[in-house]
Amino acid sequence: MSESILQIRDLTVTFATPLGPLVAVRGVDLDVGAGELVAVVGESGSGKSVSFLAAMGLLPSTATVQGSVMLDGVQLVGASAKQMRSVRGRLLSMIFQDPLSALNPVHRIGAQISEMLRAHQKMSERAARARAVELLEVVGIPQPGDRAMQYPHEFSGGMRQRVVIAMAIANSPKVLIADEPTTALDVTVQAQILEVIQKVQKQFGTAVVLITHDLGVVARVCDRVNVMYAGRFVERAAVSDLFDAPTHPYTRGLLASLPQAGKERLVPIVGFPPNMLRPPSGCAFRARCADAISDCEHAVPELRAVGAAQSACIRAAELMQPR
Amino acid sequence: MPGSTQGSDLTDELLLPTVSPRRMAFNRFVGHRAAVASVFVLGTMVLFVALSPLTARYGVNEAVQAPPNYFLSPRANAWLGTDDIGRDLYSRLIYGVRVSLIIGFFSAIISVVIGCVVGAVAGFRGGRFDDITMRVTDLFLAFPFLVTLLVMRNMLGAIDWLRPVMGDISSVRFIILLFAIFGWMGVARIVRGQVLALKEREFIEAARAVGATRWYIVRRHLLPNSVGPIMVALTFSVVSAIIGEATLAFFGYGPQAGAGATSLGILVGQAKGAVNTGFWWLALFPCLVLVTIALSINFIGDALRDATDPRMQKDA
Amino acid sequence: MLRFIVRRLAWSIPTLFFVTFLVYIALRIGTDPVESYKRINPRVTPAKIQQYIEVNGLDPNYVRGYFQWLVNFVTLDWPRSIKGSREVWPQLKDALANTLRLGAAASTVGISVGLLLGIFAALRPGGRRDVTVNTAAFVGISIPPYVSAILLQLLFAVYWSRWFGSTLFPTSGVYPPGHTGFNLVLMLKHMVLPTSVVAIQIIAVYARYMRSSLLDVLSSEYMRTARSKGISERRVLFKHGLRNALIPVVTIAALDVGAIVGGLIITENIFSYPGMGKYFLSAFGEGDFPLLMPWMVLIVASVLVFNLLADVSYAWLDPRIRLD
Repeated sequence: MSESILQIRDLTVTFATPLGPLVAVRGVDLDVGAGELVAVVGESGSGKSVSFLAAMGLLPSTATVQGSVMLDGVQLVGASAKQMRSVRGRLLSMIFQDPLSALNPVHRIGAQISEMLRAHQKMSERAARARAVELLEVVGIPQPGDRAMQYPHEFSGGMRQRVVIAMAIANSPKVLIADEPTTALDVTVQAQILEVIQKVQKQFGTAVVLITHDLGVVARVCDRVNVMYAGRFVERAAVSDLFDAPTHPYTRGLLASLPQAGKERLVPIVGFPPNMLRPPSGCAFRARCADAISDCEHAVPELRAVGAAQSACIRAAELMQPR
Repeated sequence: MPGSTQGSDLTDELLLPTVSPRRMAFNRFVGHRAAVASVFVLGTMVLFVALSPLTARYGVNEAVQAPPNYFLSPRANAWLGTDDIGRDLYSRLIYGVRVSLIIGFFSAIISVVIGCVVGAVAGFRGGRFDDITMRVTDLFLAFPFLVTLLVMRNMLGAIDWLRPVMGDISSVRFIILLFAIFGWMGVARIVRGQVLALKEREFIEAARAVGATRWYIVRRHLLPNSVGPIMVALTFSVVSAIIGEATLAFFGYGPQAGAGATSLGILVGQAKGAVNTGFWWLALFPCLVLVTIALSINFIGDALRDATDPRMQKDA
Repeated sequence: MLRFIVRRLAWSIPTLFFVTFLVYIALRIGTDPVESYKRINPRVTPAKIQQYIEVNGLDPNYVRGYFQWLVNFVTLDWPRSIKGSREVWPQLKDALANTLRLGAAASTVGISVGLLLGIFAALRPGGRRDVTVNTAAFVGISIPPYVSAILLQLLFAVYWSRWFGSTLFPTSGVYPPGHTGFNLVLMLKHMVLPTSVVAIQIIAVYARYMRSSLLDVLSSEYMRTARSKGISERRVLFKHGLRNALIPVVTIAALDVGAIVGGLIITENIFSYPGMGKYFLSAFGEGDFPLLMPWMVLIVASVLVFNLLADVSYAWLDPRIRLD
């Protein structure tokens, strides 16, 4: 693994709610190498989006962020608003789930992209417009010159997401966070968008963090996978290892619920994610885990090496059998 | 309030309210506290009015004392002072509020009933009936309300064959019906919107698919789902009728409710003459009562909307 | 856009005819113009009455009568008022000028202050200033204009001079009685109180709409995108937030013209301000048909124009709306 460009250590995010503090992210560590494509996988509410919104400094004022997020040697946790502004969109940018609501409906596409450029580069309006058209071409939008003069509602869902990507890579950021970039799109368009993301990663050397709940998406594009559950990472592995020999019962559950050719039926994970206001003691997954034993209640299991992977299951080694 | 929560990351979204929940709770508390206070204030007024034989100190036309009794400032035998012919303002306010509340509630109830029927039929049937009713309401709502009200008042009052229904032009019944004729339009628009929105919802389709009759759908699904907006519309039509009556009376076009009977509007109208002579009580107290009533009902309506708006229930 | 405006204007002509026909009928039934004429001029000869009926289009047949009136109106052959037999246009023109001045002043003050207060409140939702603005706006919409007018009159006409020995703001007219010629300071002083009364309403309505509209916009995702670009918070608000927030506010603005006109009528009457409202109320009180009809035409036309204006500015603000 090359030198890591994004280094997250012990990241904890707490929300003040009327029902008391809610710890959405509980001590997360992650390294992303320059130009790498890393996946973060988890269910809704597992804290995966929140972690990276925290890195972007885009959480509402009710959130408290602790720990450390180093981007290219710069500490982002506790950075001033001015510092964060110079990082956002220049070194670190983000693609959101729903490209329709992510784009401002009343401004032209070209203007929205050139705004991003001019926020961080000394550039004339005309030069920024020209560069915006080039970027639209990079992400594969036909007739980019004409399209730049159009409004978001004149684009299809997939085209809109391409626009969002063009905007995000405008300043060749070091790290691009893609938060469920294909979830709101048609299945046929999803693959194209993933291709665009891969192309951008290669062409600009941008590291990509792909946040998703869809292991199918992960299998297609990523190198390494981090599985998140209830605010913690429960498994890290290379993609091939994860699919061949998952080490955590939760990962096994996710794989079993994945549709596959020739599979008779899907096996959903029983139960619901834990209430994050009052998380259970010990392993957060034990209530839904078929292999739970009494030891699982005692302590929160740490990530430990199991073969080439890391797992937060205390029975990982004993439960792993080659398929 | 979080904006859109479509997509899979619902819980992540819910974790990210742009307004802090504590502040929101504070905000709601203040809003509701005002509504609770309003219910109390309004209840007290209704009680005073209902018990007017006990609470009013003088008859509606009774002078507080032998002359000179006119334009007395507030004192022991006339708590809120007297008017130009020595009548007790406090007692007359009670009688006036009674007439105003009657006008407000009755015209609001009639408007809501007409509005519900017209709105539901327009929404369900669609087509030409819908087109015409909505065009008419658009026209009336765009025109200056006061002008419409005055012109229609005179016109309806001059049509002889309407008199058995509408009553005499200066009667309370006439005013109630006049406001009902205008009030239903706003309600009809709301109910129509509800019906159109509900028509698209799955459970109505499901009910229709299993062969429920239209009336059954109206009774079991539409009405329970529209109670909130209808209640809100009701409160706001009460306010607009009370203020409307006061406006008409202010310009001398209000009800002359029998010999010497009064209304809030008449009392506020008298204030006009009292201003330049400095009889401040004649201006201040009727205005204060009118504003208190309007404000209380508005607060209650707003709290009802908060409480019944499904968009607001997420953070409950 | 231009085609849309032209077509809407073309459509508004039959609408204008239709609505004025309704108004014509309502006024003929409601005010009985011939009786009013006889009441104001008790010793009038039958020949004069016949002439009055003809020039005003008061034929017993409403349709024929309406077209008589219409022909006279369009050919600018306007009948004289029943009281004092004065020409209508000079009166209407003066009233219109005075009202436009008052309405423009009140709308400018009201809309700008209202929008600013709404923004101010929405930026700290749930905070003390939000609660204060919201409550004040609520009180504002609950106070009918004549109540605030009376209370302001009481304060300035009577008590201010009693307490401080001098009048701060005059409470009636455009100029003091007997004044001739143009005097800006004097005129502005006379306009302060009526303008405030109308503006209070506008402020309250706009502050509430702007607040809720901006709150919706602030929680939308494109605002998060804007922030993720690393542009200044001010630019996020002004460039991305405000224009979106204004879209729903503009739609209600047109509907509100009717309410503002109502407020103007009431206010002008209380402050003896010689505008369209005072004109209407005195003409209506006397059943002065020759004065009333041109006034009505003007009002109907302006309602139509403001609706068109709202549609156009709506489309101008929101590219998703196509006018055709």
